[in-house]
Amino acid sequence: MAEKEEVKLLGIWASPFSRRIEMALKLKGIPYDYVEEILEHKSPLLLALNPIHKKVPVLVHNGKTILESQVILEYIDETWKQSPILPQDPYERSKARFLAKLVDEQIITAGFVSMARADEKGREALAEQTRELIMNLEKELVGKDFFGGKSVGFLDLVAGSMIPFCLERGWEGIGLKVITEEKFPEYSRWVKNLEKVEAVKDCIPPREKHVEHMNYMGERIRSA
Amino acid sequence: MADEVILLDYWPSMFGMRTRVALEEKNIKFDYREQDLFNKSPILLEMNPVHKKIPVLIHNGKPVCESLIQVEYIDETWPGGNPFLPSDPYQRAQAKFWGDFIDKKVYGPTRLIWGAKGEEQEAGTKEFIEMLKMLESELGDKTYFGGETFGYVDIAMIGFYCWFDVLEKCGNFSIEAECPKLIAWAKRCMKRESVAKSLPDSDKITKFVPELKKKIGIE
Repeated sequence: MAEKEEVKLLGIWASPFSRRIEMALKLKGIPYDYVEEILEHKSPLLLALNPIHKKVPVLVHNGKTILESQVILEYIDETWKQSPILPQDPYERSKARFLAKLVDEQIITAGFVSMARADEKGREALAEQTRELIMNLEKELVGKDFFGGKSVGFLDLVAGSMIPFCLERGWEGIGLKVITEEKFPEYSRWVKNLEKVEAVKDCIPPREKHVEHMNYMGERIRSA
Repeated sequence: MADEVILLDYWPSMFGMRTRVALEEKNIKFDYREQDLFNKSPILLEMNPVHKKIPVLIHNGKPVCESLIQVEYIDETWPGGNPFLPSDPYQRAQAKFWGDFIDKKVYGPTRLIWGAKGEEQEAGTKEFIEMLKMLESELGDKTYFGGETFGYVDIAMIGFYCWFDVLEKCGNFSIEAECPKLIAWAKRCMKRESVAKSLPDSDKITKFVPELKKKIGIE
């Protein structure tokens, strides 16, 4: 008798970290139950499943809890072998992991700080820092449709959920031009490719609502 | 064709120690190159232009940066011997969670303990003990974090052990009193040749910290 797979994802609609999990699940055709969490009112379930960090996303698979978005992505890839997202070669894997770490540590920080700064000069300085970091991704995309090559991979999901479909919405809200097609032709081409992938497109937060939300987040950081 | 493996490292770095241990565990011959972080070498700047940090693992001319990424790379590239990560996806996810926990939650407080004073130092000490207790709880009564075999989480954590002495002196506390099981675990790890070869003596670190503080301009 086949065991019924139970896959549950706790997430937040605006979180790039939970959106990337949805993209991965959709890419692999895995049905799942989604539980929407509220940042300011975390559910008892979330706090029970992730007592250390108290964050989304949380994946529950047949009763087992998996935490940390990049760890979840790797878990999904190892558990469901169709549409693989990590490269096979160890060196390529290490590069993908390195750049994913850059996105989730340095790029996100520089990006959010650029939005939180009230002064124009400060914003522009952070924007320039962010551009320098994103240039590492730009170089990686030369001659490729996606970071994963011909198809969407681990780094596409990490960088895609974070930069075009999160940080850029924040920059749009405050009228800060960080990425231009002129300076980032490969990146711009990659975003257009991403938008054509159903599993990605279906998991992008709605634009207007998202821009509004990012403005609110910026305000929160400024007033903290 | 023989593999060429170079490690750019800095002897007191608990991160560099991870990669040393991993290479030794797999019996990989490597060229250890001590770096001067106050006068960074051309090879370091070339191989890690993004962060300009150690450790950098260079395998047949190709650089791999970030210590835990290196540990996984080593495990995947030289699969012989004991794998550092289990084969079960859920257990692998657990191990990676704790590796990430050590990086995000354990390292930060240590800088406050040896680098700060007064309230800041006290807060760092309190936080550090709390995080160690979480790790100890995860370890439980197992021989190693992964169970019977030495693996990823052990490798991620063991480098901190040679810093315990100086942290205890600076923070005025006893790690053994707070986390006896963790100390027992560390002593078990130290019996492994790979670990004994890769960690400097505690008193070397203890002597080094005041010099480091002077060099980076804190008294």
